[in-house]
Amino acid sequence: MMRGRIRRPNREVAQPSFESPAALLTELVLHLRENRAQLREEWARRVTEDQLLTAMTKEEIFAEATTVYDNYVAVLETGSVEALQAYARDLSERIIPRGVEANEVVGIVLLLRDVLGRSLLKKYQSDLVLLNRVMDAYEPASNRIANTVAVSFVQERERIIRQQQEAIRELSTPVLQVRERLLILPIIGVIDSQRARQVTEQLLRGIRANRAKVVVIDITGVPTVDSTVANHLVQTVDASRLMGATVIVTGLSSEIAQTLVTIGVDLTKMKTVGDLQGGIEEAERLLGYKVILEESAKESETP
Amino acid sequence: MRVPILKQGGYLIASVQSALTDRDLLDLRDNLAQQVGKFRSRGVIIDVTSLDVLDSFAVRTLRTLAQMIRLRGAETVIAGIQPEIAFAMVQLGLDLGDVATALDLEEGLVLLERRTSRGGRRAKRSGN
Repeated sequence: MMRGRIRRPNREVAQPSFESPAALLTELVLHLRENRAQLREEWARRVTEDQLLTAMTKEEIFAEATTVYDNYVAVLETGSVEALQAYARDLSERIIPRGVEANEVVGIVLLLRDVLGRSLLKKYQSDLVLLNRVMDAYEPASNRIANTVAVSFVQERERIIRQQQEAIRELSTPVLQVRERLLILPIIGVIDSQRARQVTEQLLRGIRANRAKVVVIDITGVPTVDSTVANHLVQTVDASRLMGATVIVTGLSSEIAQTLVTIGVDLTKMKTVGDLQGGIEEAERLLGYKVILEESAKESETP
Repeated sequence: MRVPILKQGGYLIASVQSALTDRDLLDLRDNLAQQVGKFRSRGVIIDVTSLDVLDSFAVRTLRTLAQMIRLRGAETVIAGIQPEIAFAMVQLGLDLGDVATALDLEEGLVLLERRTSRGGRRAKRSGN
């Protein structure tokens, strides 16, 4: 009687501690640790099979797989995703420049989830009730992991994009004074609305600061010009004119000229000159400058 | 607020000091058109340096003002449009037509000097 009484509560204590999700997870972790080598291999094999991470070599995939696996198990054990988050960021930083896509990263994590899920299924298939409970513990945790990795990857990529945008903006567009009251504005690269606005604002400020009368905008470095870009240019020219400055656009290639004529952009309000040199010469003419080659320089130049 | 109109040699200078109501703008237009005849002026400069807003009505009024002045035989220059306003105007599609513009009052005077002494009643095109 006494024994029975003592034993009963004992069993009742032991049972729930095994049933509680935390205890189940501990058991899962133990299982995953024991089968680490085999499961990891299985996972790496399926990653290669599904043609994920094609930018990386097999050895690299295996090395990363090991770390991811250990991190994964650690998260299951501790429930804290911080370490994984840091690792995922670091991993993303390394693999993004190599052209790894979001679908691949999410894909490998989901594959690992499947591989581990299958292994658990195999282990507990004899006891459906227990299996159910195991899955109840495993699934939310693994989903959370997949989520964390995906979000970390995307965040990292956004950070890189922001960084690059900043870099582009910084080396964007200088407004240079080449003579008293004459500015040149060489534009290199693609013009979008944001950049066009920035260029215009910068130019207008430059016109006021340098008291410019003539501005030469050189678009030799602009690869393509469509109607949007052309409209931006027209806006820049109009705004400069409102500030009392004349704008000369130079460096329209024959292809660009053809496109503009074909799509019917009206550039009649713009003064255009073939190249930057011609533009500066025209600007000098407008400003009343005259560049004269000195006699002595002429002599020394011709042998 | 009334816009003071100053006579400077053969030119009239209207210096806008603060934000203008529509009424003020119309008054400015009428006064200028009238005084151009009275003083036999050759040119008009409207200095908008201290304006930080130019709406569509103001732009239209300035445009018609310039046309009226031209019919009265003088040239108009708008001087001192701020970069922000220039940009906003262009974005909103507000157009001053072929009204001459200058960076500031000084530039405006130089521009008028050149235009009116050239003897041509109307400068060829926009810009310089």
